[in-house]
Amino acid sequence: MSIKKLNKDVFKSFVDSMIASDQSVVGVKEKVQAKGNKFAFGPLENADQLRLDYDVTLIPPKKYMLPQTETLLTYEVKGESKQHVDEQKLILVGVHPYDMIAINQMDELFSQDEYDTHYMTRRNNITVIACDVVNASENIFASSMETAVVEKGFDILLTDLGKGKEYVAEAITEKGEALLATAVDATDADDKDIAKRSAIQEANKKDLDKHTLNCKPSELSSLLEQAYEHPVWEEKAKTCFSCGSCNTTCPTCYCFDVQDLVNWNLKDGQRERSWDGCLLKDFANVAGDHNFRKQKESRFRHRLYRKGKYVPTKIGGQVACVGCGRCVGACVPDIANPVAVYNRLLEDIKP
Amino acid sequence: MCDCNSTEKSIYLPELAPITKVAMMNETEMYMHLDHDIGHKPGQFVEVSIAGIGEAPISISSSPTEAGFDMVIRKAGRVTDIMHQMQAGDKLGIRGPFGSGYPIDEMKGKDLVFVCGGIGLVPQRSMINYIMDNRADFGKIAILQGTKEFAQRIYHDELERWAGVDGVQVLETIDVAHDSWNGNVGVVTTLIDKIDGIDLTKAVNLICGPPIMYKFVLMVLQEKEVSHENIFVNLERRMKCGVGKCGHCQMNGQYVCQSGPVYRYSDLANIPEAI
Repeated sequence: MSIKKLNKDVFKSFVDSMIASDQSVVGVKEKVQAKGNKFAFGPLENADQLRLDYDVTLIPPKKYMLPQTETLLTYEVKGESKQHVDEQKLILVGVHPYDMIAINQMDELFSQDEYDTHYMTRRNNITVIACDVVNASENIFASSMETAVVEKGFDILLTDLGKGKEYVAEAITEKGEALLATAVDATDADDKDIAKRSAIQEANKKDLDKHTLNCKPSELSSLLEQAYEHPVWEEKAKTCFSCGSCNTTCPTCYCFDVQDLVNWNLKDGQRERSWDGCLLKDFANVAGDHNFRKQKESRFRHRLYRKGKYVPTKIGGQVACVGCGRCVGACVPDIANPVAVYNRLLEDIKP
Repeated sequence: MCDCNSTEKSIYLPELAPITKVAMMNETEMYMHLDHDIGHKPGQFVEVSIAGIGEAPISISSSPTEAGFDMVIRKAGRVTDIMHQMQAGDKLGIRGPFGSGYPIDEMKGKDLVFVCGGIGLVPQRSMINYIMDNRADFGKIAILQGTKEFAQRIYHDELERWAGVDGVQVLETIDVAHDSWNGNVGVVTTLIDKIDGIDLTKAVNLICGPPIMYKFVLMVLQEKEVSHENIFVNLERRMKCGVGKCGHCQMNGQYVCQSGPVYRYSDLANIPEAI
């Protein structure tokens, strides 16, 4: 597959021609005041709106694969249901490596055992253009989680060789190759360009480190094996609001709720799935109002065990925290930082 | 990555099936039969769907040796409230069966003790009637049923029928009884010493009841030196998807909808969230 070089103008017309095509194009746009002055993914109207130098987005791009709310079924009330599958084609531009790795994990989780056609159809209709990080965000710790660079899952990987003047673009799928071929004025990248790209990626492996985990991510599972009764869960959870912000901003959280909605005609409606969060207090409720995770500390612990131990057993040992740092910024009482918790455990426990 | 196949059937799509029979069993429990074969194993559950209301996980109460399947519904939420208003001929959406069920092969040739509390008898009945229909494959059977009040008893005809089967003993107790009750009074653990001719340490012990009951039954079985390998518990969780995705039924690393709801007690040693 090809590795091309696109200068600023070629890149701009490449993006504009995507926008002009029949596919919707979504990318990272200017910071939004209403979103806490954070960057956000949104539909692109022209190439100038695209900000590939962003640090981190408020909400991860997983919302395009697993929307906050989506229709699973449509039905007549108390009658027949029909499945609803969203088949819209989409190009997603500017996914950072850590978010790409999170999407790769979700792809595995939604296709293993029972194949989730709602997620997978949407996923297969998305062309992903990933991009290497240009500016580190305030709380990123991708270096520690080994997620600063990504090798698979995307169709094209972009690397900014300097201030958006030149990009290296590598296609690794047929879909990506076909799309990249539309950038007719792109030239083949030479060895020097590829060496520059490697240098940027090597630097990111070290520099995306605003927090440093004091062990290898692969050691978290055995650390947690011994940490269930540790006082840290209570210490931290004392100030937890059970707001679920750590769940909703997390690129690897995929738990969901299912609810039926009835339309105004009272005749038909939709069964919808929407994001849910294990930090919310009713998450583990059963009939008779019995709650299997009633205590804040048990919910707080559950999230960090899912990231470090439970989900990894389903996806070949990969840790389900990709170091984006979003939960750190979103947590009002400042207790969500996984690195702070895991490092606290490491003070007392040898993994 | 994956096969792109948008026409694949959704795992969330229920199949409509008519209810063939309903009957109130007491003030709160409704029996339902559906002439709809789903190919289940004893101990599995289904997701019952009413379009416009929602879905709820419900235990299957009948043995696969019988046609269709039975459920017993306690009014406990939106879906079960509406189910209580339904009649024969009304349709329910069904997904499943889900879960791993009882380990039948391992139970063959052994004595079995069923310890049930209240509607804990409902899922256990799927296994009990399987045994009744394959009686020669299993050893002696003890069925212990504890109910809070006389008026809440369920399946009493069936308890009587089982008591008449060779090698089967049925022991029943009521927590708080009126004078008219001639049987045992007290919680279900008071029946354990009354089991006749079964060595609990060699038997397979199957427990199902409200969360509070497990600890007490397990304590008694511990005193009797029953190995944790020979105890199975049947756990309750609110499964929303039934297919190991939504996260609601998760206890520690286990998705109850996939690896449960029936668990060998020794497998729960590292699952403190289980009970």
